Amino acid sequence: MSGDAGLDYRGFYARWYKPRLSRLWWLRRRTYLLFIIRELTSVFVAWSVVFLLLMIRAVAQGAPEYERFLELSRNPWILALNLVTLCLVVFHTVTWFIVAPQAMVVRLRGRQVPGRLILLAHYAAWVVLTALVAFVVLA
Amino acid sequence: MAKRTAEPVLWLLFSAGGMLAAMLLPALLLLFGVLFPLGWLEPPDHAHLLAVLRFPLTRLALLGLFVLALFHWAHRFRYTLYDGLQLKRHGDIINVFCFGLVAVGSVFAANLLLRVL
Repeated sequence: MSGDAGLDYRGFYARWYKPRLSRLWWLRRRTYLLFIIRELTSVFVAWSVVFLLLMIRAVAQGAPEYERFLELSRNPWILALNLVTLCLVVFHTVTWFIVAPQAMVVRLRGRQVPGRLILLAHYAAWVVLTALVAFVVLA
Repeated sequence: MAKRTAEPVLWLLFSAGGMLAAMLLPALLLLFGVLFPLGWLEPPDHAHLLAVLRFPLTRLALLGLFVLALFHWAHRFRYTLYDGLQLKRHGDIINVFCFGLVAVGSVFAANLLLRVL
C-alpha cells in the first residue's frame, strides 16, 4: 500500500515463512518411514479390535455361527491380512516398550529406577500376559 | 490463564490403550488370526469360549481393551493424517470421523459384552 510519500511498505516486511512439505515426505528417509509405519500400527490395532469383536459376536450367536467365523478366518485374504496385522501389532509392542522408560519415571525408595529395568519389566509383563491369554483360551 | 483443552485426557486414553494393545493383542492375534486358521493349533470349542466370555472378569478386561485400543487408534491416526498427509487444515472433519468411529465401536462392544453374551 503506497502512502502519501509513494512508499511501498510491503518490501520491508519479512517474507512469510511457509515451508512446503510434500505429502510423501516420509518416503525420503528410512527413519521417517519407520516413524510412519509405527504411526500406522494404530490402523492394525483397530482392525484387531474389529476382528475380535466379530469372533465374540459369532460365539454369542451360537456354535454354527462360530464355525462360520472359523471358516472366515481361514479365507486366504483374511489370513494374509492377519499375518500382516500380527507383524505390525508386535512392532507396536516393541516400539511402545522402547519409549516406555522415557515416558515414565519410577522412583523406588527415593531412587530412580533405571530405564533398562523398566524395559525389562514391560517385557516380563508381556510374557506373563501372553501366557495367561493362551492358558485361558486353550485350557 | 492457559486455555483448557481435552488433549491431556486424550493422551491418557491413547497411552492406556497403547499399553493394553501392546500387552494383549499379539497373543490374541497369534491365536485367532494365525495359529487356529492355519490348523497349527486346534481352536477351542464353542462351549469353552462361551464359558470364558461369560466370565465377568473376561468381559470387563475385553471391554477395557477394546474401548481404550480404539481411543489409541483415533488419537494416533488423526496425527498420522495431520502430519503424514499434511491434512492439518481438515482437523475438524478428521476428529469427527475418528472419534465418531470410536463411539460406534465402543457402543457395539459394550452392548455385545455386557448384554448379548
